[in-house]
Amino acid sequence: MQALYAQLLVGLINGSFYALLSLGLAVIFGMLNIINFAHGALYMMGAFVAYFLLNLGGINYWWALLLAPIIVGIFGMILERTMLQWLTGLDHLYGLLLTFGIALIVQGVFQNYFGSSGLPYAIPDQLKGGMNLGFMFLPIYRGWVVIFSLVVCIATWFLIEKTRLGAYLRAATENPTLVRAFGINVPRMITLTYGLGVGLAALAGVLSAPINQVRPLMGADLIIVVFAVVVIGGMGSIMGSIITGFALGVIEGLTKYFYPEASNTVVFVLMVLVLLVKPTGLTGRAA
Amino acid sequence: MPETATADAPAKAAAGGNILQVRNLEAWYGESHILHGINFDVNAGEVVTLLGRNGAGKTTTLKSIMGIIGKRTGAVKFNNQDIIRATSDKIARMGIAFCPEERGIFSSLDVRENLLLPPVVRQGGLPLEQIFDLFPNLKERLNSQGTKLSGGEQQMLAIARILRTGASFLMLDEPTEGLAPVIIQQIGHTIARLKKEGFTILLVEQNFRFASTVADRYYVVEHGKIIDGFSNAELAANMDKLHTYLGV
Repeated sequence: MQALYAQLLVGLINGSFYALLSLGLAVIFGMLNIINFAHGALYMMGAFVAYFLLNLGGINYWWALLLAPIIVGIFGMILERTMLQWLTGLDHLYGLLLTFGIALIVQGVFQNYFGSSGLPYAIPDQLKGGMNLGFMFLPIYRGWVVIFSLVVCIATWFLIEKTRLGAYLRAATENPTLVRAFGINVPRMITLTYGLGVGLAALAGVLSAPINQVRPLMGADLIIVVFAVVVIGGMGSIMGSIITGFALGVIEGLTKYFYPEASNTVVFVLMVLVLLVKPTGLTGRAA
Repeated sequence: MPETATADAPAKAAAGGNILQVRNLEAWYGESHILHGINFDVNAGEVVTLLGRNGAGKTTTLKSIMGIIGKRTGAVKFNNQDIIRATSDKIARMGIAFCPEERGIFSSLDVRENLLLPPVVRQGGLPLEQIFDLFPNLKERLNSQGTKLSGGEQQMLAIARILRTGASFLMLDEPTEGLAPVIIQQIGHTIARLKKEGFTILLVEQNFRFASTVADRYYVVEHGKIIDGFSNAELAANMDKLHTYLGV
């Protein structure tokens, strides 16, 4: 039974990363109509920035949680201003190819300097150790990742669905020309939105660093599953991404317990089934 | 007849100072040349109507003034400031508001969010109480999804949301299109009341009978040019010509 709970916890942690990453992808797709294949590389950059901050600047994990998303978010905004903005109105394929190219370049550069093996990033002192819950032993850092990710996801959902700024974002997703004609600087809003989505990926990278180590290909390994999550949840759906992210993490964890051979493919099998039954995803909108 | 002379004649007859000057406005959709040198003026406090057949260039004229057409040349002066190169968000912040033909109600926003979406660009916008006084239906439907409203209610919402921004110059593109006569009448009363409140309105209409109940002056657009213009007082004398222009 302990093994089942342990796999559930692993599933929830993976689900946290899926949710944060797919949420960022959903925000970017909703606003920019770009399938951001560079998302995994930007997630990896978040972990590396946290590593550099600690090892070069002596800046601890807590500050890294704030600074790494800002730094990588600014890098994302530069990418949007210099490259992605020119793809407005073009077929999705161009955005996909460009961001895929960016991902390869970023990963290649990091791999060139740091190889493929992982660099260690220590769990902060405050989150070391664990708690005995009676039915299982819970490492505190892993519990923190699940709760913090959930809070960030809900805060992002609240920002987009329940605030004035979110109303601008949703309206600009539908009709950017008209929103701009109301006096709102839509290009600036698009840049900031891309920065927000990228910042969420970087935040996931920082959270992941103490668990998975810091590796140039850590994003490439994860991003394919995250895309499957987004397809299942529905492209552009905020709540769909969050729920599907956590749910698929748990399903993957349970599969590891009940039928380990299928644990790497269960997400993709689900994706095929969802695409067959509901091509727009569980909560997505029609194109 | 020289276009500028046509455009200027009725403008001089109006009482308010000149608020919008359009000179030799040309516009393109991709390779298609739509406007071929539009000239007209709008004076403060007036309701001016652009009449013309489908595809004449009326909507493109409004969009060109608003800055949402990719390529445009010529001169557009609003309160003596040239806005031909300004982006649409800057034009909106100067005090011009646009209500599009397709209404542009956002399906992901409820009525309240749709209503509060355009930011207040300057003082002098109508307070919400006054807007609900003009459009009582909207107050009852505040929590409904914007696109769940009837066509008439959506049109009211589209007009209502630009009234609170403080913009003094409103451009309404075919506000009566597809609406029942009783709603058209209500829109007409609203426009008349807005005029009394001091708004300047540039209206695009195909429904000439509706336009005649609210407009001070008319311009006729054909093939991307202004081909005629007259005041409301001259309407009766120009009826035959107008029927020929509009093909009615």
